[in-house]
Amino acid sequence: MSENVLRIENLTMRFGGVTAVDALSLDVNRGEIVALIGPNGAGKTTAFNCITGVYEQTDGKIRFLGKDIKRGTTPDKITKLGIARTFQNIRLFKSMTVFENVLVAKHMRTKQNVFSATLRFNRNEEKRVRRETEELLDKQGLLHLKDEVASNLPYGLQRHLEIARALATDPQIILLDEPAAGMNPQETQELAGFIQQIRDEYKLTVFIIEHHMDLIMQISDRIYVLDFGALIASGSPAEVQSNQRVIDAYLGVVEDA
Amino acid sequence: MTKRQKIISVILLALVYAAVFVMEQVIPAQAMLFTVLKKGAIYALVAVSMNLLNGFTGLFSLGQAGFMLIGAYVYGIFTIPTEMRTSVYQYFDGGVIQFTVPVLLAIVLAGVAAAIAAALIGFPALRLKSDYLAIATLGFAEILRAIFQWDKLGPVTNGSNLLRKFPTFNDFNITNADGDVVIYLSTLVPFLIVGVCIFLIVLLINSSYGRVFRAIRDDERAAEAMGVNLFAHKEISFVVSSFFAGIGGALLAMYQMTIQASAFKSAMTYEILLIVVIGGIGSVTGSCIGSFLFIAASEWWLRGLDSGTFLGITAPTIFRSGFRKVVFAVIIMVIVLFYRKGLMGDKEFSVARIAGRFRRLFRRRAPAEKGATK
Ligand SMILES: Nc1ncnc2c1ncn2[C@@H]1O[C@H](COP(=O)(O)OP(=O)(O)OP(=O)(O)O)[C@@H](O)[C@H]1O
Ligand SMILES: [Mg+2]
Repeated sequence: MSENVLRIENLTMRFGGVTAVDALSLDVNRGEIVALIGPNGAGKTTAFNCITGVYEQTDGKIRFLGKDIKRGTTPDKITKLGIARTFQNIRLFKSMTVFENVLVAKHMRTKQNVFSATLRFNRNEEKRVRRETEELLDKQGLLHLKDEVASNLPYGLQRHLEIARALATDPQIILLDEPAAGMNPQETQELAGFIQQIRDEYKLTVFIIEHHMDLIMQISDRIYVLDFGALIASGSPAEVQSNQRVIDAYLGVVEDA
Repeated sequence: MTKRQKIISVILLALVYAAVFVMEQVIPAQAMLFTVLKKGAIYALVAVSMNLLNGFTGLFSLGQAGFMLIGAYVYGIFTIPTEMRTSVYQYFDGGVIQFTVPVLLAIVLAGVAAAIAAALIGFPALRLKSDYLAIATLGFAEILRAIFQWDKLGPVTNGSNLLRKFPTFNDFNITNADGDVVIYLSTLVPFLIVGVCIFLIVLLINSSYGRVFRAIRDDERAAEAMGVNLFAHKEISFVVSSFFAGIGGALLAMYQMTIQASAFKSAMTYEILLIVVIGGIGSVTGSCIGSFLFIAASEWWLRGLDSGTFLGITAPTIFRSGFRKVVFAVIIMVIVLFYRKGLMGDKEFSVARIAGRFRRLFRRRAPAEKGATK
């Protein structure tokens, strides 16, 4: 059994009377691609938001690499621990260039303070960060778009840039919230290859929310299915696909749509 | 910026400073021009510092006048010559502080004091939603004005009386043994101080921190997900911005020659806000150009309106002595309504852009001429 990266125990998140996530428990192990699926409003994004500190969970534990993440830990600290994410509604720094978008992600790991940065005491640090960013963009095939303003990129590339930016935080695990949303079948196919590629190249663990079932069935090692905040099934793609509850609650609906 | 553009910018700046120096030697010191240059430079600094917060970090503070007040007072309190203190602090037995520090050090201290005040306000206000900062700073500035006039603090602040007799811009002039001015520096030195300060702000904006500020402005949630400690970086931006507003306050004191808390009204903050808007939110050069235009218009070009005649037009009597403000308000409304992005938008003034514009102009003209010969 490989090492556990993320363990969630009894995670519950309530908004007033709405229980968005209901006693959810799950595991994600090193090197796996694990999917979280379920109908609209099932609580998938809310689960991600609890893991990344956007929301303070009402109840339950989140463990990362065997250590408890205390409730109320802010998102930036969680990113520093090694949990990166993308957003369901793309959240790039719109007025900034592709290059700058990635540079921001490198800021937290630079050795500098506001004085040394302003007075250029340590130019090597800035040089290092710029070099690393160029390398990353080059690997991602985005280097030629370096000086393009993020909001001018076509949709698919914005999604790609968001993932590249998340990778720049040096994560152990990356949380992707519907990365294929709005993509055509060909782009979705490319994304599938891309996710497997970054998993291998950066020795990453991937936790992904997606509605594109082809993509999920193709790349996931394991799948968790959420409905009304609660887990209704989990297992390999084959197991989940043949699970009657899943078909009733979700997969049947997708085919209708 | 390419190396060539950098060199051109440096040359342009050097020319500006040289022009200021030469004008100062040949034009009488009382000329309106110097009022505009001095006050314009001071307001440019405060506007740029406000832009750092407002345009680059996306935080809205209305405390500029308050931080300038702190800066002005700290400067005055620490620079009034000890032998003058009995007459300045006449109602408070010469005051409690009986030493002075060098002028440049006092200017830095003015900034530090404003920065400390900002750090203290930022601590609660910046953890709340962004709108609270505007309310907190506005309230702070109002309260501060009252505190500095409070009798009990008189031994330090001179209560509601003026602070005066501290070194002013005129003390930068070099005089001979008879007291006659040999070299005028009373405009050049503030220009240099403001230049250094704005240069530092530009360096900050172009550093890794400046990038993070813009990231926060564009999308807080995403910035946080990139490992950016929101509170820490907002606090840095706010403290730095207030530091330079404090220095601006010290310079304003030097320019006005007296300090009175009641002068630092919120109207002053709104003037600076207007300059930022006119120049373009997110443009440093815009704030500078906007500042000189604003001061020139309000202090000089529109002066004639108040006395009744302007460009040969005689204003109806009912408008006299307030007419300038009316016209000014209309101009500003037009700018805000029709040039919503201000003079510069969020772009910077650059030689390359202007050269590019000319090149395009000529290219467009060239084929037309050919057509004409046919
Ligand atoms: N901040 C919030 N305040 C109140 N209710 C919320 C909040 N965030 C989410 N919810 C509710 O929680 C439930 C789960 O929402 P969530 O966004 O997690 O669903 P999802 O599984 O990501 O759906 P989708 O597939 O549409 O993205 C919904 O009923 C939603 O209205
Ligand atoms: Mg969602």
